[in-house]
Amino acid sequence: MGAFPMSEHSTYTPGTGIEKWLDERLPIIRFSKEHLMDFPTPKNLNYWWTFGAILAIMLVVQIVTGVILAMHYTPNIGLAFDSVEHIRRDVNGGRIIQATHAVGASMFFAAVYIHIFRGLYFGSYKAPREILWILGVLIFVLMMATAFMGYVLPWGQMSFWAATVITNIFSAIPILGDPILQLLRGGFAVGNPTLNRFFSLHYLLPFVIAAVVVLHIWALHVPGNNNPIGVDVKSSRDTVPFHPYYTMKDLYGVVLFAIPFAWFVFFIPDILGHPDNFIQANSQVTPAHIVPEWYFLPFYAILRAIDFNILFIDSKLGGVIFFGGSIVILFFLPWLDRSKTRSGTFRPMFKWFYWLFVINFLGLAYLGAAPADGIYLILSKVCTAYYFLHFLVVLPALSIFETPRPLPTSISESVLGSAH
Amino acid sequence: MFNIKTILAAAALIGAMASAPAFAQEHETITIQKQHWSFGGLFGTYDTNQLQRGFQVFREVCSNCHSARLIAFRTLAEEGGPEFSEAQVKALAAEYEIADPSAEGGKRPGVPADRWPSPFATDQDARDANGGAIPPDFSVLAKARGVTDAFPWWITNYFTAYAEGGPDYIHALLNGYEETPPADFTLPEGKHYNHVFPGHAIGMPPPLTDGQVAYVAAEGQEEVPQTVDQYSKDVAAYMMWMAEPGLVARKETGFKVLLFLVLFAGLMYATKRKIWQGIEH
Repeated sequence: MGAFPMSEHSTYTPGTGIEKWLDERLPIIRFSKEHLMDFPTPKNLNYWWTFGAILAIMLVVQIVTGVILAMHYTPNIGLAFDSVEHIRRDVNGGRIIQATHAVGASMFFAAVYIHIFRGLYFGSYKAPREILWILGVLIFVLMMATAFMGYVLPWGQMSFWAATVITNIFSAIPILGDPILQLLRGGFAVGNPTLNRFFSLHYLLPFVIAAVVVLHIWALHVPGNNNPIGVDVKSSRDTVPFHPYYTMKDLYGVVLFAIPFAWFVFFIPDILGHPDNFIQANSQVTPAHIVPEWYFLPFYAILRAIDFNILFIDSKLGGVIFFGGSIVILFFLPWLDRSKTRSGTFRPMFKWFYWLFVINFLGLAYLGAAPADGIYLILSKVCTAYYFLHFLVVLPALSIFETPRPLPTSISESVLGSAH
Repeated sequence: MFNIKTILAAAALIGAMASAPAFAQEHETITIQKQHWSFGGLFGTYDTNQLQRGFQVFREVCSNCHSARLIAFRTLAEEGGPEFSEAQVKALAAEYEIADPSAEGGKRPGVPADRWPSPFATDQDARDANGGAIPPDFSVLAKARGVTDAFPWWITNYFTAYAEGGPDYIHALLNGYEETPPADFTLPEGKHYNHVFPGHAIGMPPPLTDGQVAYVAAEGQEEVPQTVDQYSKDVAAYMMWMAEPGLVARKETGFKVLLFLVLFAGLMYATKRKIWQGIEH
């Protein structure tokens, strides 16, 4: 694959004496111009590619609203619930800031799922973008940890019981399980020390995410963007500078994304939550249904699907292994799918299996919220099995047996071909 | 650029997103009749008269056992709520004694900045007076209850902005008492049968009877029926206001924000098109 040199495109010449002085010491203007303005970007990116920018903005929204919330929130089991209500009732703009942060978590995950599934369809994880993909999965894992701990902070019934159920998962690990459990909880049960450490970590992790995002973008800017046809950039005819073309397109995407976001914040701010979380945490009363937030449902379904012992592994540990495995397997995706063709558009068989995988994943989400018995449990097992089969059998087999359609020779050729 | 498949995928993802909270499925389904609420839907606002009546029911009946510890007297005068006058709120607060260690004798008359005083001094007192269970606090109770719609009907709630499950449940509960439980149902000692309450055996005796609260219609206003159905509607509306006092202001801001975003998106699209003009892509 003849790589078009992505790194030698600096057209920056310091205009003034100060700029020249700065450029010799900290070439920050040169860097910005290279990476935020001149960066050659394939000209055929569709709107699914705007979710990268949307996610960057969402991280900023969550950090800004979160920092303000932390000024008014009290991480103490006696005061936390009331302090969130205090924010809603008494803090200037508090109702909107709190709703933006809570709804923002859901919007962040909606965007990240679209971003991930875009990568899955267009083969954005394939060489030379493996590290880019791995960093992305790492961000996803960090997001899940952050969101989970954030959900505990309002100290409602679902907060408390989610914390109890999820931390309890770790107790399944042999030997180390109990010490880890006690370390997470800061005691033998979920209580004030748990709330305190979750608050501290919930404030810390977003900045870790931001750091990994920097690496993610760095790893993107070495090979450059993948694109909908998955053919490497061959010449400057295939690209446009990032600014103004993609700054404009991405910002337009961000504004469009803000419309459903605002709809939730201003008209149905509580619909994504659970009524039980408006009841203060009570260790003596277990809610009838403990349901995680929607973005955890597919993985929660996998956790619950393993209700049988596998040899010497009991069902609890089995569930944890499959639950962890469902995420860990994503790290290995670049080496499981060995097809040289990146884009699903040119892979006649992959396309079908991709959509089957999407439907299966949505099925898991549905089952994660359904009761864990009867037909739901059987379906959970089927969907869990298929989830792993897709990665371990379907993708490696397709790499061998599928004949991809011929690729266009370049992005420009494909663009001209599709112009009617 | 967007083919059918991509649109379907987007729809599916939105569907998945919508799935979360709504389908905590009850193994036993209790049908709850949804009511018309003045504050329902996109354009809904609280009915000041209804909130004032609901406040009267709350004060004369509910607050004998239920607390509302997050509600400050001053909020009763705020815009978008029951909108009592400042003088009325001041006089109302002064009728209550507030525990205050810094006051002489540990008690003083209330001021608008005080929170609604709880009927019981401690949780234990509340338990002792109510057969072992604490009557739940009313501050956010209207949002702590809900109506569960079956799949796929809950998806429509995302588009109609239905957020009145709490008041619907409260209204249904207050009208759900039955004098004689079904023949095959054993009612525990000291409990009451209510077909809406989960498990049907509720500790709270039927709190409302027809004619119990005397509504006084202002001059030129229609008489409001003094029935359990009307009382329960009014108090449910008042409880929703307690749980979400800023609802009207929030929606008003929402319209401005959405209008701005839609217009801005239009301008952004035009600009984007202009910039991309002449680029084959």
